Amino acid sequence: MNEKTMLDDQHYENMIAEESVCNAENLVYEKPSKVLYDTPMHYCPGCGHGVVHRLLAEVIEELGITSDIIGVAPVGCSVLAYNYLNIDMSEAAHGRASAVATGIKRVLPEKYVFSYQGDGDLAAIGTGETIHTCNRGENILILFINNGIYGMTGGQMAPTTLPNMKSTTSPFGRDVETMGSPLKITELVAQLPGTYYVTRQSVHKPVNVRKTKKAILKAFEYQKLKKGTCFIEVVSNCPSNWKMNPVESNKWLDENMLPFYPLGDIKVPDKNLQTDD
Amino acid sequence: MAKVKGDIVIDIEKCKGCELCMDACPQDSLERSKQVNKKGYLYIVKVEDNCTGCTNCALVCPDGVITVYRQTAKNKEQIAKITNVTGDITVTVKE
Repeated sequence: MNEKTMLDDQHYENMIAEESVCNAENLVYEKPSKVLYDTPMHYCPGCGHGVVHRLLAEVIEELGITSDIIGVAPVGCSVLAYNYLNIDMSEAAHGRASAVATGIKRVLPEKYVFSYQGDGDLAAIGTGETIHTCNRGENILILFINNGIYGMTGGQMAPTTLPNMKSTTSPFGRDVETMGSPLKITELVAQLPGTYYVTRQSVHKPVNVRKTKKAILKAFEYQKLKKGTCFIEVVSNCPSNWKMNPVESNKWLDENMLPFYPLGDIKVPDKNLQTDD
Repeated sequence: MAKVKGDIVIDIEKCKGCELCMDACPQDSLERSKQVNKKGYLYIVKVEDNCTGCTNCALVCPDGVITVYRQTAKNKEQIAKITNVTGDITVTVKE
């Protein structure tokens, strides 16, 4: 216990009171420290990226595939994902993470491969790569974090920005007539024959966090069976660029993003074709 | 019915004070501190002793700073444990 903690009387009292319950056999939840480094993340307070990183680490730790997994980091806020995950990672050019993941998977077909991309990266700059990767049905997992804005560069309009949503390049709100409608890329790739499992989840509530974890777990299981591309969209928040505090941003997400991007499985594997279970 | 007893430990130096755990806690047992940590954030502390160990706070925490403990059924039976000063005699009282 350091000096700073000692100064905080209230916290110190809590520490004494909790001695009875806080021991190893009562542990129910802790950070997946084997895969997730102890480094503090650079993300803004309340950002959904941290939760998705943690879920990914939990799944990798549970499946015990730490040495058999290769990730591809995008350009965007999550560009430094390799600083937080204790697995093999590669960096790709802007939007090309799924193309790089294809190459890795083809050279090393026994490894699990995933790409972790944001909405500006996957839906704007890498639209072609994404659609063709899904169409070819590469056995990779594409993890798509959709917060409706270009977060890293300062809140410019992305293809997924909602109608009438303000951003630095659409200061009066997104005008659908001149700027087009938001791109529902998840529905788009669900129509392609190469995709096997396409789902949309979020991480703004504990129940959604649990569902997202299950989706990631399923996707890696399908990848092991060589079923085709798995695509998981995670609707997330961006408190800094939406100019809200984290709690407000999650509420805004619930009220505005989710009616437009409904949660749930969009393409589920045909149960008749499944040989396992 | 006896209440489930849980507890959490918050790594205050890594906490960014986003308050998502406060929002997710069904027992309202979390509060913002009055002091800042090394990075200058008002970190979160547990103020009420009514935690049930539901793990909601830990699930929504973007920085994974919360560790959750919950008393198991086996431990609940044991209502008191008395150990003498030298630690060679331990008396355990069960329900």
